[in-house]
Amino acid sequence: MARITAGIATSHVPAIGAAIDNGRTLDDYWKPVFEGYEFVKEWIKDNTPDVVILIYNDHASALMLDIVPTFAMGFAEEFLPADEGWGRRPVPTVYNDTDLAAHIAEQLVIDEFDLTIINDMDVDHGLTVPLSLVFGEVEQWPCKVIPIAVNVTQFPTPSGERCWKLGEAIRNAVKTYPEDLDVQIWGTGGMSHQLQGTRAGLINAEFDNRFLDLLAHEPEELVPITRLEYLREVGTEGIELIMWLTMRAALGYGVEELHRFYRVPASNTAVGHVVYKARS
Amino acid sequence: MRARLYALSELEDIPGTRVFTARRSRQGYHLHKFCMSLMQEENREQFLADERAYLDRFRMTEEQKQAVLARDLGRLIDLGGNMYFLVKIASTDGWSAQKAVSSMSGMSADEYAAMMREGGRSPEGNRSIREGS
Repeated sequence: MARITAGIATSHVPAIGAAIDNGRTLDDYWKPVFEGYEFVKEWIKDNTPDVVILIYNDHASALMLDIVPTFAMGFAEEFLPADEGWGRRPVPTVYNDTDLAAHIAEQLVIDEFDLTIINDMDVDHGLTVPLSLVFGEVEQWPCKVIPIAVNVTQFPTPSGERCWKLGEAIRNAVKTYPEDLDVQIWGTGGMSHQLQGTRAGLINAEFDNRFLDLLAHEPEELVPITRLEYLREVGTEGIELIMWLTMRAALGYGVEELHRFYRVPASNTAVGHVVYKARS
Repeated sequence: MRARLYALSELEDIPGTRVFTARRSRQGYHLHKFCMSLMQEENREQFLADERAYLDRFRMTEEQKQAVLARDLGRLIDLGGNMYFLVKIASTDGWSAQKAVSSMSGMSADEYAAMMREGGRSPEGNRSIREGS
């Protein structure tokens, strides 16, 4: 049977991808950011999954103009890195596990998550920067990736509670897949940041650290946080944290926190990162 | 039916912030079509070669076109824009995302970068217009 063995959450700041692609990870500005990922880069070598279910948001690369799905699954065999205005990132093509994806899509709809299926899309920094942070600079990504995009930009975005339930439904779907697969769930985005207006540059380290404190063992405290509270406390883009709730819910009741990292800033953003091992 | 947890007007109560609603998305639709066209190199070249002629291919308002020509991202946000689209203009210009964001902040790029290095903008006094908190 397939099972979710671990979860990773990380910010997906595009400038982090640019620092990697331009060989600037040892610069004074960037070194302390990348040091926070040394643990996961070592850990993943012995814990490479067969498949990552990667919860992220598209940044007006494949979605958001003509079609704004609340929850959408990439269903192509492969996804190219998107050209977000400065050329495609020089990173490998992302390959899907369409058999598992099909099973999850079917099971999620049965579970009343009416998922949008995307048959053709490129994947942007929201998906490729986490892959680079964990796997480093590689010729091929060492596992398959099922992209699940969440609308965190155009209101109304889904609630934290809804994202939590999505994680629970993903967990149940994976558990009922007959093939013996090691699956990880990744949640990306956040932490506090605002990229617009005269409030740009907002960072709320107190909120972020409380979120990190509670996510592993008392996540039920975080589930009721409203969209409005995210906007006020962690900025218009900080609401991406709801995708971390999906990751945490998919791990089930108990987790072991293997690693935690928090740093301000990377570009406009507070960087957060955790690695959880599923207990059950 | 579930009750709303807060009045929709609350979304307009956050200082210096425009929440990107479906209505704003509609207002920005043709502006955003232009922005997404910049995801192709040949379009970036054509835009930079003759910005006005390129913008005239899109059904944007004149105000939106003028704000693009002026690279006034704050104004573009007021006119229905969302940063995930607008940043493609900045990328076409070779600006970093931080420089683009700083241009809306009322600070110089250097001042903004220094604020970020020192921990960013505090939420204190930036949560609510009504409460002044």
